[in-house]
Amino acid sequence: MSVTAAPAMIDRAGLDALVAALVAQGRTVIGPTVRDGAIVLAELDSAEALPFGWGVELDAGRYRLARRDDGAAFAHSAGPQSWKNFLHPARERLWSAERTPEGDVSFTAAEPAVPSYAFLGVRPCDLRAIAIQDRVLTGGRHTDSGYAGRRERALLIAVECTEPGATCFCVSTGGGPAADPGYDLALTETDGRFLVRVGSDEGAALLDRVPHRDAGPDAEETARDAVDAARERMGRALPPVDLRTLMGASLAAERWDDVAARCLTCGNCTMVCPTCFCTTTEEVTDLTGDHTERWQRWDSCFDLDFSYLHGGPVRSSPYSRYRQWLTHKLGTWHDQFGTSGCVGCGRCIAWCPAGIDITEEVAALDAERTARGTETD
Amino acid sequence: MTGVPVPYRVVARRPETADTVTLRLEPVGAALEDFAPGQFAMVHCFGRGEIPVSVSSVQATGGLAHTIRAVGAVSAGLCETQAGDVLGVRGPYGVGWEPERARGRDVVVVAGGIGLAPLRPLILRVLAEPVTYGRVNVLIGARTPADLMSRKEIERWPAAYTGVTVDRPDQEWRGDVGLVTTLLDRAEFTPTNTVAFVCGPEPMIRATARDLASRGVPRERIRVSLERNMRCATGHCGHCQLGPLLLCQAGPVVDWADAEHPLSVREL
Repeated sequence: MSVTAAPAMIDRAGLDALVAALVAQGRTVIGPTVRDGAIVLAELDSAEALPFGWGVELDAGRYRLARRDDGAAFAHSAGPQSWKNFLHPARERLWSAERTPEGDVSFTAAEPAVPSYAFLGVRPCDLRAIAIQDRVLTGGRHTDSGYAGRRERALLIAVECTEPGATCFCVSTGGGPAADPGYDLALTETDGRFLVRVGSDEGAALLDRVPHRDAGPDAEETARDAVDAARERMGRALPPVDLRTLMGASLAAERWDDVAARCLTCGNCTMVCPTCFCTTTEEVTDLTGDHTERWQRWDSCFDLDFSYLHGGPVRSSPYSRYRQWLTHKLGTWHDQFGTSGCVGCGRCIAWCPAGIDITEEVAALDAERTARGTETD
Repeated sequence: MTGVPVPYRVVARRPETADTVTLRLEPVGAALEDFAPGQFAMVHCFGRGEIPVSVSSVQATGGLAHTIRAVGAVSAGLCETQAGDVLGVRGPYGVGWEPERARGRDVVVVAGGIGLAPLRPLILRVLAEPVTYGRVNVLIGARTPADLMSRKEIERWPAAYTGVTVDRPDQEWRGDVGLVTTLLDRAEFTPTNTVAFVCGPEPMIRATARDLASRGVPRERIRVSLERNMRCATGHCGHCQLGPLLLCQAGPVVDWADAEHPLSVREL
């Protein structure tokens, strides 16, 4: 392994060469680009499409592109999409079935094309989110084979965070602006150049195909300082308490009434959340009635049908549906998957049409528990 | 992505009540792995969809039986199938009754309505091994006499105590009337050395488990079968959550010790 190799430095030309090398390998390169008034994740033909000189202004229920004074490519925080859009797509065919005139039925598994993705610009929060979805979809008794196939072939190029947004709170979820292991390459952007650290053999091989030089201690320190400074500039924070315990102690909290009065139960938070994984299935038949397909699509625990059991939904009130989302994300996710489901990316805050702020809701639940005098931490 | 269903042919269709049928299935080709009592399958009705259904019979030949009440589009479609039709089946999924946990102990089986179906293979298992298990009690409740399934079969079971009660009797009914828990007074068991198996509507499960616990049956020896919306059965769709439990993985049969709290929270 060359993962202990000293960090390298590439410039803009190196970034161009990096994307070109990935495209030449036949990879589908996905990265941030400006489209429709947002920085979205989309297929890139070249590094030219990266959002040089663009940043974002975020607040609860607010997302705006903003021009930057510099030409930074990655000085923006999370956009409306995450990598789950590619690894765990919103719609996927599971299998199909044919019925013969004699009434025999045969089932055929879908064989999806598995693109060889290269993700460029994976934030440390999103790197953790991918690791969480790995646990959910491949870490149990059963493996989601579609996800596993895409994930296994995907190359991850992380970009450390030097420009956290006003809705960011990764540090308070146990993460931070520095990339955890799990990447093939990790970039840190400083003044139009990129410090490159290698995280895998595949990453090392890729770096070899790109013009680079040794970074040197000064460049390393500059990069580290930029990331350390970002750690201190988080826009928001979750309260520093055991959130799993707090969720378990808050099932009857009055705060749910308060948030339910504002929540539209639209499910936006679950769509933009990089770890929300829930899906439902649909049966799709053709006109003959002898061909049927089973499709999986994203679902949301805010949807009334989500908990439908003959007779009606188990969770009909907005109170219970917001409670389900939050207590699952921060509480029972631990019971089911051995980790929290929140990485602090702030997407749910920015994309909530009612501006509901998860950090504010959790703080209110914590205050209510303290007021009840049942602090158990 | 979930597994792909395996074709099973309906070889017999027996109406149980006005809205419930039992389908006997045999594999068209290779059979699925053996199902344990209390485990469930995802059963596919062509062009309609898939639902989770516990097994109500497990044959050594690889044959299965599912007892299905028509309550929605898929279950109604399955109930309309006829002998010769082919269905898709995935499984086995989930944690079953685990009758071995009752070895050397008294057994109390409590069924409400169609809840008897998933209990049936368990009852047959414990009755077939009288030396292994203590006294076997089968308590059955239904809304009306017309909702009672397997009545002939019930009478033949050599249980220490078999009780049947209905909520609303008809003209001919000469048996017990009232909640199924009222039969517990007549059942023959030593609570501290008993394993109970309970399946039925959720309010009935709650009432029965609480009653058993108050009589001294340890909460971790009261096994209850729970139901939630379920799409994948493989732990990935998120629908079957009940608090900390993903019922397709941790259940459908769970200990009352684990179910009591989640079931006590409204709309959890």
